[in-house]
Amino acid sequence: MTRLPAWVEFGVIPAVNIALAFLVAGVVVALVGEDPVAALTVMVQGAFVFEGALGYTLYYATNFIFTGLAVALAFQARLFNIGAEGQAMLGGIGIALVFLPLDAFLPGPLVALLAIAGAAALGALWAAVPGWLQAYRGSHIVITTIMFNFIAAGLLVSLLSGPLIRAGQPSPETREMEPGARLTALHDIAGVFGVEMAQSPLTLAFPLALLAAFGIWVLVWRTRWGFALRALGQSQPAAVYAGIPAARMTVAVMALSGALAGLMAVNEVLGAQGRTVLGFTAGYGFTGIAVALMGRAHPVGVVLAALLFGALYQGGAELDFEFATITREMVLLIQGLIILFSGALSLMLVPLFARAPGLGLGRR
Amino acid sequence: MTTQRNPHPAVHLSGITKRFGPVTANDAVDLDVAPGTIHGIIGENGAGKSTLVSILYGFYEADEGRIEIDGKEARIATSADAIDLGIGMVHQHFMLVPVFSVLENVMLGAEGGFTLKAGRAETRAELDRLAETYGLDVPPDALVGDLPVGLQQRVEILKALRRGARILILDEPTGVLTPAETDRFFEILRGLRDRGVTVLLITHKLREIMAVCDRVSVMRQGRMVAHRAVAETSREELANLMVGREVRLEADRGTATPGAAALEARGLNLSDARGVRVLSDVNLTLRAGEILGLAGVSGNGQSELLDILSGIRAPDSGSIVMGNRQISREQPANPAEMRRLHLAHVPEDRHRRGMVLPFEARENAVLGYHDGPAAGAGRFLSPAAMGKHCATLMEDFDVRPANPRLRSAGFSGGNQQKLVMAREVAAAPKVLLVGQPTRGVDIGGIEYIHARLIALRDQGCAILVVSVELDEIMALSDRIAVINQGRITGEMPRDGADIGEIGLMMAGVSKAAGGAPAGAERPATAPTHPPGAGGPLGAGGQDAGARE
Amino acid sequence: MLDLVLMLDSALRLGTPLILCAMAGLVSERAGIIDIGLEGKLLAGAFAAAAVASLTGSAWAGLGAALLASMLMALLHGFACITHRGEQIISGVAINILASGLTVVVGIALFRQGGQTPGLGSGERFGPITFPGVEAMREIPVLGPIYAELISGHTLPVYLALATVPLVTWLLWRTRFGLRLRAAGEMPAAVDSAGVSVPWLRYRAVLIAGLLCGLAGAYLSTAHGAGFVREMSAGKGYIALAAMIMGRWRPWTVLAACLLFGFLEAGAARLQGTALPVIGEVPVELVLVIPYIATVALLAGFFGRAEPPKALGTPYVKER
Repeated sequence: MTRLPAWVEFGVIPAVNIALAFLVAGVVVALVGEDPVAALTVMVQGAFVFEGALGYTLYYATNFIFTGLAVALAFQARLFNIGAEGQAMLGGIGIALVFLPLDAFLPGPLVALLAIAGAAALGALWAAVPGWLQAYRGSHIVITTIMFNFIAAGLLVSLLSGPLIRAGQPSPETREMEPGARLTALHDIAGVFGVEMAQSPLTLAFPLALLAAFGIWVLVWRTRWGFALRALGQSQPAAVYAGIPAARMTVAVMALSGALAGLMAVNEVLGAQGRTVLGFTAGYGFTGIAVALMGRAHPVGVVLAALLFGALYQGGAELDFEFATITREMVLLIQGLIILFSGALSLMLVPLFARAPGLGLGRR
Repeated sequence: MTTQRNPHPAVHLSGITKRFGPVTANDAVDLDVAPGTIHGIIGENGAGKSTLVSILYGFYEADEGRIEIDGKEARIATSADAIDLGIGMVHQHFMLVPVFSVLENVMLGAEGGFTLKAGRAETRAELDRLAETYGLDVPPDALVGDLPVGLQQRVEILKALRRGARILILDEPTGVLTPAETDRFFEILRGLRDRGVTVLLITHKLREIMAVCDRVSVMRQGRMVAHRAVAETSREELANLMVGREVRLEADRGTATPGAAALEARGLNLSDARGVRVLSDVNLTLRAGEILGLAGVSGNGQSELLDILSGIRAPDSGSIVMGNRQISREQPANPAEMRRLHLAHVPEDRHRRGMVLPFEARENAVLGYHDGPAAGAGRFLSPAAMGKHCATLMEDFDVRPANPRLRSAGFSGGNQQKLVMAREVAAAPKVLLVGQPTRGVDIGGIEYIHARLIALRDQGCAILVVSVELDEIMALSDRIAVINQGRITGEMPRDGADIGEIGLMMAGVSKAAGGAPAGAERPATAPTHPPGAGGPLGAGGQDAGARE
Repeated sequence: MLDLVLMLDSALRLGTPLILCAMAGLVSERAGIIDIGLEGKLLAGAFAAAAVASLTGSAWAGLGAALLASMLMALLHGFACITHRGEQIISGVAINILASGLTVVVGIALFRQGGQTPGLGSGERFGPITFPGVEAMREIPVLGPIYAELISGHTLPVYLALATVPLVTWLLWRTRFGLRLRAAGEMPAAVDSAGVSVPWLRYRAVLIAGLLCGLAGAYLSTAHGAGFVREMSAGKGYIALAAMIMGRWRPWTVLAACLLFGFLEAGAARLQGTALPVIGEVPVELVLVIPYIATVALLAGFFGRAEPPKALGTPYVKER
C-alpha cells in the first residue's frame, strides 16, 4: 500500500473529495437550469449569515456529531454499523418511556438525566443485539443492522400510534413533556449572561456532543480498552493472540456505538421538539455514515464533518425559499456524492497523489 | 509420444527486468529451458523466482526484456496469452474452487461452448485419457474441497494439461506434501517429462533439485547467478550460490542442562469444524533449560497445537499442566491468563498474529502486554512509556531502524520477527513457544535469532520450537518430536537422531508401530530419503538460507 | 376460496419487484459483489420510467429509460467496487442516498410537483394482459378463478419477473458464463489463472443486476402504479435483499421467499383494522417487519444456515 503524508491524507484528500462532490452537484444544478454559484451563495448565507442561522447549523451538527461518532467508533473496531438510524429511534422511545410516566412527579433536571440515560440504554441495546449476533452467531452485522432499522421503524410507528400516542388525536406522536425536563436552549443561557443570541433549537445537547467526542478520543487513543479496540479493528487474529476477548469486545463496542446514536434523540426529542414524533430521525443516522467517512473515523474529523453537514442541512433548507426548482434534496445528493468520493472511491485519489512529483513518495 | 529434438529452447528469456517502485525484483534475468527437461529454479525467499514465473504466466508484464517460446518471440500480457502459448501453471496456493466438482474445476476457462453440456462430456473423456496416460486418477464428480491436498494438486496439473500445456510451471509444489507424497509427485513429473512436457520447478529446497531436476538455475537478489547441470553440481555449491557466501553449517548449541518439567501436555485431542481429527492424543513435556523441536510437514496439526498451548483455543479433551494450574475443556485458559502464567508465544504468522501491521512499533511492543505496566498506568495508556519500552526492546534485539514510532509494516521481515521475539523474551517467560522462528528472515537474522533462543534456553527457559524446516529443527533442538496427522509419531534426543528416520516419522510411520502407516491416505510406500541423502543434510543448516 | 385466490394474486403483484430485485442481487452476489444498492437502483428505475413515459407518452420508452438509469447506477457501483476496489457496502449506501436525492431534484426540475411525476394515462403504462378464454373459464369452479385472477390479467413485468427465475438458473448453472461467474464469487484467483478476466465478469454481473432492478422500477411506476411518488421503493430493495438471503442465493428458494414476503404484505393490508380471534387487532406495522425478523433469525442460524459465496465483498487484487 502506498502511504501518504498526514497532511495529504487528512487535509488535501478530504478537501478534494468535498470539492468533487460540490462540483458534481453544481453540474446538476446547472443542468436543472439554475446558477450553481447563486445556489451556493444562498446555502452559505443560510448556514452562517442569516439571523439565527449559525444556531440552526450547530443544532443540525449536534445530531451528526452523535451519529457520526457512533459510526466512527464501530469503524475503529472494523464493524460497519448501518443501524444508527434505528438506534436513534430507539433512543427516542427510551426518552418517551422515561418522561411520560415521570415528568409530572420528579424534578425536571432529574427527568432529563434519566431520559438521557434511557436514550443511551435503548440505543445501546438495539446495537448490542446485532453485535451479539455477529460475535456469537456469525451473522453479518451490516445486514442485521439494516434489518434492525426496519424493525425499529415498525416498532416506533406501532408504539407512537398505540400505547404512547397523545390522547385525543390521530397523529403518531407523544404528548409534550413538562418544560422543566427539556434541555435548556443556548440562547436562553446566553440571555442570562446578558448576551443577545438569536433564537434557535440549539440546546445543551451541543456541548454534550462535544464532550462525547472528547470522551471517545480519550477512550480510543488513551486507554487500554481503546488499545484493545483498535487492535481488534486492525487485525482480529492479532487481537485474539494478544488475549483480547474479541466477541465480548464486539458486543461492547456496538453497545457504545448504539448509545451514541441513541443520544441523537436527546438533541431532537429532549432538546428541539420536546416530544417523540414519528420520523424525528429524518435520515440523520445515515448521514452519520457520511460524517464518519469524511472525518476519517476520528473524533476531531467527525466534529468538523458534522459542522460541514450541519451547514449543508441548514443552508439547504434555505434553497426551498429562494429557488423554484432546487430544494433541500440537493443536500441529499451532495451527501450521497460525499459518501461515494470519500468512501467508495477513497482509493481512486491515492495513486494520483502518490504519483505526484515532489511529495517524495514511493511504495512502501 | 516421443521427445522430439527441437533446436530451440522451450523458454528463452533475455534481459527480463521488473521493478516495483524502488525495488528491482528481477534484474536483467536470462534463462534458457531446454524442451522435455525438468528445469529447477532455486533461490532464497525474495530472490525473485515468483516474480519471474509470474511474468512468464502473464500476471505481470516485464518492464524490459524479451520472451521467446519455442523460438518465437512472445508477448504475454495476460494469463490467457500464456495459456494460448501452451504454458500451464500450478500455483503454490491452489487456484481451485472448493465448492465445484473436479470436472467443473478442470473445465473452468476451457468449457468448449456457451452451454456446458457438450464440454462436460468431452472433459470427462479427456480426464479418463489423462488418467491413463499419466497415472493421474481423480474422481471427476467429487467436490474439490473434500479432497486431500495431494489430489487437489493433481487437479491443478490436470487443469494445465487439459488446456494443452506443454510447458508446466510448478511454484513451490511440495510445501504441503509429505516426503512420501513428494516422491510420488516426482514420479509424475518424470512421466510428464518423458512424454515431452517441459517442467519448470520453482523451489527453495536443495534436495528437490538434486532429486528430480535435469538442470538448475540459481537466483539471488533478483539476479540470475548461475546455470548448472544437476549432475555436475553439488548441494554445497548451490547453497553457496544462493546465499552468496559460505553458509555456517550449524548453530553452536552447546550443551543443555534440562531441569524440571515446566509444561506438560497430556492426551490432547482436537477436531476441526467438520469433525476431522486434527490432534490425537498428543503428549509432550517441555523442560526448563531445554529446546524441544517439533518436526513435521506443514498442516499436520502444529498450528492447532500451538493454539491450544498458548490458550487461543481449548482442546476437546486432555489437559495442559503448568505448575498448579491444569487447563482443559472444562477449565479453559485464554492467552492473557497464559501470559500471566509466564508463557510467552512467538506465533507462526507474525503478519497476521504477532503484530498489528498498521500499528506503530511502540504499540506492537506492548501487544498482549497492554494491560501491564509497560503500556501505562491505571486504565490509561502512556505513549511515552510505550515508546521507552519499545526503545529498550529495539536496543536489546538490534532492531533496525530503531524508531518506535515507525509503522510496523515498514520494517523488514527479519526486524519484525526480532521485535516480536524481543517483546516475548522481555516478559522473562518460563515457557516460550516459537512457531517458524525464521520464516521470511534473512540469513543474518536467522543466525541472530538462533543464538538468542539458545541463550534463553541457557537461562533456564523451556522452549518449544515448531518448524517445517527439518534443518532448523536439527540445528536448534536438544530433543526432537515428530508430528504427523495430529499424532506424535516419535520422540528422540537430538544427538544421534537420524534424518532418514525422522523423514519416515514425518510420513506417519511411527517408530513404535514399526512401519505401520498412521494414516490411510498417506501410505508411506518407500523410505523418504535414502540414508546417503540424509548424511549431508544431517550436518544441518545447509539450506537454512533458503527457507520461506 | 376467491378470497385466497385474490390474496395470492395480490401477493404476486407485490412480490414482483421483490423477485426482480432479489434475482438482481443474486446475480451480483454470486459474482462476489455485495449489492446493498438494490433499493437505489429500483428507485432510480421507477423515476426514470415514469418521467420518460410521461414526457414521451410511451411506456416502452419509459422502460428503456428505467433500464438505462438503473444500469448507470450499477456501472457506478462497478466502477467504485471493481475498478477502484472500494468498500462495496459503502458504495451501495452511496447509491441509495444518491437515488433518493437525484429522483426528487430532477423530478422537481422537470415537473414542479414536489418530486412526483404527473399521473400516467393508459398508453403510458403497461396494461394487464388478458389470456384467451378467461370469460369461458371463469365459470369453472376452483380452476376458473385461479386462471382468471391469478394466472391471467397481470402486466408484462410480472410475467417477465417469473421468467427470470428459470432464466437465471439456466444462466448461472448451465452456461460457461455462469460457471465463471460463480467461480468469481467463490475463488476469483482461480478464474484469473484460467485466463479469464475477473473484472469483466463482475462488471457483467452488476450490469445484469442493474437491468433487473430497472425492470422492477418500471413495474412500480408504470405497471403496478400510475406515476412516480417520492421514495416509492419504500424499502422493497432491502426486503429483496432479505429474500435473497432467506433463499440462500438459490433462484427457486429465493422466489419462494419473495412470494412469501409478498403474501405477508398482502395479508397485512387485509388485516388492517380487523380483529382476529384470540390475538385481537394485530398492528400492521409489526406484520410488515416479519421479513426482517425472519432474515435476522436465519442469519443467526436459528433455523438452518445461510452460506454466502466465499469471496463476497472482497475486491479482487492480483496477489504477489
